[in-house]
Amino acid sequence: MSWEPVIGIEVHVELMTNSKMFCGCAVEFGAEPNTLTCPTCLGLPGALPVPNRVAIESIMSIGLALNCQVSPRSVFHRKNYFYADLPKNYQISQFDVPVCHDGYLDVDVDGETRRVGIERAHMEEDTGKSMHLGTGGRIHAAEGTLLDFNRSGVPLVEIVSRPDIRSAVESRAYAQQLRSVVAELGVSDARLEEGSIRFDANVSIRPEGEVLLGTKVEIKNMNSFRSLERAVDFEIGRQVDLVESGGLVIQETRHWDEEAGVTHSMRTKEGSSDYRYFTEPDLVPMVMGQEWVDEVRGRLPELPADRRRRYELQGLDPESAGVLSGMDAELRAVYDEAVRSGAPAKAAATWLTGEVIGWTRKHKVESSALLLDGAGLAELIEMVDEGVVSSSAAKEVLDGVLSGGGAPSVVAKDRDLLQMKDRDALEAAVDQVVAAHPAAVEGFRHGEEKVVGFLVGQVMKATQGKADPRAVNEILRAKLSE
Amino acid sequence: MIDSSFSEAGRRLRSGEVTALTLLETALDTAGRTEAQLHAFLTLDTEGAREAAAKADADFADGIDLGPLHGIPVALKDNMCTRGVETTAASQILAGYFPPYDATVVARLRTGGAVVVGKTNLDEFAMGSSTENSAYGTTYNPWDLTRVPGGSSGGSAASVAAGSSLAAFGSDTGGSIRQPASLCGVVGMKPTYGTVSRYGLIAFASSLDQIGPFTRTVEDSALALQAIWGHDPHDATSYAGDYPDPTSGLGRGVEGLRIGLVSELSGEGYEPAVESATGAMVALLESAGAEVIEVSLPTFDIALSAYYLIAPAEASSNLARFDGIRYGLRVDGPTTEELMSRTRAEGFGPEVTRRILLGTYSLSAGYYDAFYGQAQRVRAAIQEDFASAYQQVDVLVSPTSPTVAFEAGARTADPLAMYLSDICTIPSNLSGHPAISVPIGLDEAGLPIGFQVMAPALGEEVMYQVAAEVEQLAGFSIAPTAIEGAL
Amino acid sequence: MPIEIDIAHVARLARLALDEGELESYRAQLGVILEHAARVQSLEIEPEVEAAHPLGFANAFREDVLRPSLDRNEVLAQAPSAVDGYFLAPPALESE
Repeated sequence: MSWEPVIGIEVHVELMTNSKMFCGCAVEFGAEPNTLTCPTCLGLPGALPVPNRVAIESIMSIGLALNCQVSPRSVFHRKNYFYADLPKNYQISQFDVPVCHDGYLDVDVDGETRRVGIERAHMEEDTGKSMHLGTGGRIHAAEGTLLDFNRSGVPLVEIVSRPDIRSAVESRAYAQQLRSVVAELGVSDARLEEGSIRFDANVSIRPEGEVLLGTKVEIKNMNSFRSLERAVDFEIGRQVDLVESGGLVIQETRHWDEEAGVTHSMRTKEGSSDYRYFTEPDLVPMVMGQEWVDEVRGRLPELPADRRRRYELQGLDPESAGVLSGMDAELRAVYDEAVRSGAPAKAAATWLTGEVIGWTRKHKVESSALLLDGAGLAELIEMVDEGVVSSSAAKEVLDGVLSGGGAPSVVAKDRDLLQMKDRDALEAAVDQVVAAHPAAVEGFRHGEEKVVGFLVGQVMKATQGKADPRAVNEILRAKLSE
Repeated sequence: MIDSSFSEAGRRLRSGEVTALTLLETALDTAGRTEAQLHAFLTLDTEGAREAAAKADADFADGIDLGPLHGIPVALKDNMCTRGVETTAASQILAGYFPPYDATVVARLRTGGAVVVGKTNLDEFAMGSSTENSAYGTTYNPWDLTRVPGGSSGGSAASVAAGSSLAAFGSDTGGSIRQPASLCGVVGMKPTYGTVSRYGLIAFASSLDQIGPFTRTVEDSALALQAIWGHDPHDATSYAGDYPDPTSGLGRGVEGLRIGLVSELSGEGYEPAVESATGAMVALLESAGAEVIEVSLPTFDIALSAYYLIAPAEASSNLARFDGIRYGLRVDGPTTEELMSRTRAEGFGPEVTRRILLGTYSLSAGYYDAFYGQAQRVRAAIQEDFASAYQQVDVLVSPTSPTVAFEAGARTADPLAMYLSDICTIPSNLSGHPAISVPIGLDEAGLPIGFQVMAPALGEEVMYQVAAEVEQLAGFSIAPTAIEGAL
Repeated sequence: MPIEIDIAHVARLARLALDEGELESYRAQLGVILEHAARVQSLEIEPEVEAAHPLGFANAFREDVLRPSLDRNEVLAQAPSAVDGYFLAPPALESE
């Protein structure tokens, strides 16, 4: 029996507004507990919510970037449930008329593009934080709960995909690409480690070819892209094993255990949740007129898909375009500047996605601290093209520039990397090597092509790598043919 | 001597005849002599009041005049948050709760120089029509101490009737200002929904609650409304457009106005004295030049039913925050869930518990559409009924309450009987329209009867215009007989 | 006909720890009240009809500006139990 995994991903994004969703308390990470609270986000008697306009524009941006429809009219609902970190014991959220709906994200998975549908993006408020006291900080062994309401009321956008994802790898790719869209929009710093972006996966399986969906299981607590992939992968396997041994998948929520590499069933409470949604009477409807939507759309930055298309128009192949598009904004800015300064697009992209990125990783330097700008990259490329430095010397020049040595021409001179172009000097060097390796020369005369490489190498050695290998090759062949 | 109105007291303040401190001492004195019988107050803030009165006197001396309520002793229903003053909503669950902020209305009153005497008694969380649901003991009617003052703002109504304040503020969700005003022989009104901020009002039913004034005269009522209404950025349901001048119609009379007498608000359940007083007033209005016609609003017959689905549903959600975690009563338990459940069971009284259960049920899975969903649709139909009626008439009138004040304990065994007290007032909460109760006379037992005037949204001008005429025609004086000896 | 209600379920949803006697009493009362409230079903109305705010406005927003938060001492002064700047509550679930 061949099984098809069917996966949907729910993403929660904390918006990086100045103030909270429904009150003027600051949105700040890491403040002293309960110092960013007020009657509204503490759920004090008599307090009322007033929505943050920028948060609404942020969710509109997210929706537009994900090719969604923006609802012309949208309302908030109360989602009623009791929990210590939910001060009002209801969450202001959205039920049947979310701000955005019916969009998609094109995801690159192993060179292929797959379209993942986005069912909706809605606005809600975050809860406070509970810390469970007791052994291990795990909810099952707690002796008490510490509550901090600084996070209560932070604007949260929930993005729900359609169950269009088909593998653990694709799940990860979707999550990463969604994250980069959100980060690029500037609406959230979207850091998984900090919890400003959170992923839950809904996983089910069905026989290959089957149209009906299997029972889905919700997986929570994946704190990195890698753990998301691992968790989904594990869960698919668990479900397949279960079903193949005659069991049934139960609809439940499972918790990913990173250390053990398994999902655990979370304690199911008696009775399922009945959230008793009703329209929030403390708020009035939101009307998103065409003018407002157009205004928000006009302020969107260039998005990954548009960027990739632009790179391809500039001459990059789809794979390079994809890789470059996924790089940090600073590196992409270097590319753009280099192309503007006259560098060929392909060369600029190749340098950045190859040597430059390699160097930053090796030396653990942040893109924001990069000492190479577009003009410098263009200069370097030109120097190679014109044979001012050899391509291997160019790598050293790059190292010099990135290490703070200044412009490429300066580094090349300082490190004595300029190619020897003087014809006479080159001829002299070649003559010396030819004279020193008569056996090799004989070899050439007998048809051994390989010796050319060897002899060129010797000339390079003799000239400390400064000879222009192409010129050397040319001169050598000429001499050997005499 | 208790002033006949705060407008009169204001004139005397400005003429130098009396000081704010004197006004306050009179009020406190009255309280001292009547509270044992009335129990209108839960908290008397004598110190705070004296400070405010002294400040008012200093202001006047410096030529600063902050408006009609400057230096006037006022009382606030104890579901309005007052910073530094205990605020309980008449519930055990908030015993000892001190809000860290003032309700917007409270802040505006303070900025207007009002002298807050104290917090008045109410039905717990504003749920009730008699003030008997207070966790701190009931309030009694100053016209007959064996009877209720009405509810839920019974304390505020009784205080103004007795003179221990010259104006008081309450909240009206299903009639909780108008009905006690009617039973206590004072003027009480509910503004257009959205015109008075709810920020800091402990919520009962968010789409219905409005704060409004109790006063001794119609003119006072219009002035008191002006002092508290207006846009508040802290309340998203607060109206940001143009506000009318509620005083501009006073004294204009009713010549040429079209008045609709609501046919559904009469008949079975209405005491004869109430019906005849209503009829008599209608006749007087006609003589005064108004055109009176009978109007039928058939949806009024199911308004009570819709209200008893919508209000408890919203309340069940609004009261979920009382869980023993962050403030208020805590009854310990081994888990958070236990702690919350025990705290709420102990902290809430029977009426509140009843409504939370009712509301939770009507919102729950499988029942939402037939109950809460349908009630909201009925509400829309009620709004339409009003709209049609206002195409034929300028205002609608009816008794405020089908009966006069009933005996304490008379309706406590039968929740439905208690709910019927609000049958005349509920429709304008559902529509969000303004309405006022004006005392027009006493029945044979000497108990006050109230006459209700309803107007379209933002129609406070014409509402007060008619109310002022009603007051003039009735010639009623506030002289609560049961506490006469004490005064 | 008074309406039948699973009162124990409703009480649990509402976090009200009521004893058997109380539950039974409320169940009976609610049955009677709901029978009356069910009269709303007598009116036939289109499902899309919606009640509105009488002054029917939309888009009541606030600008994204900071306003002072409460002083933590004032906040925690009302807390039934607090420690080190946190509110303290029992464990969420039964310990195993």
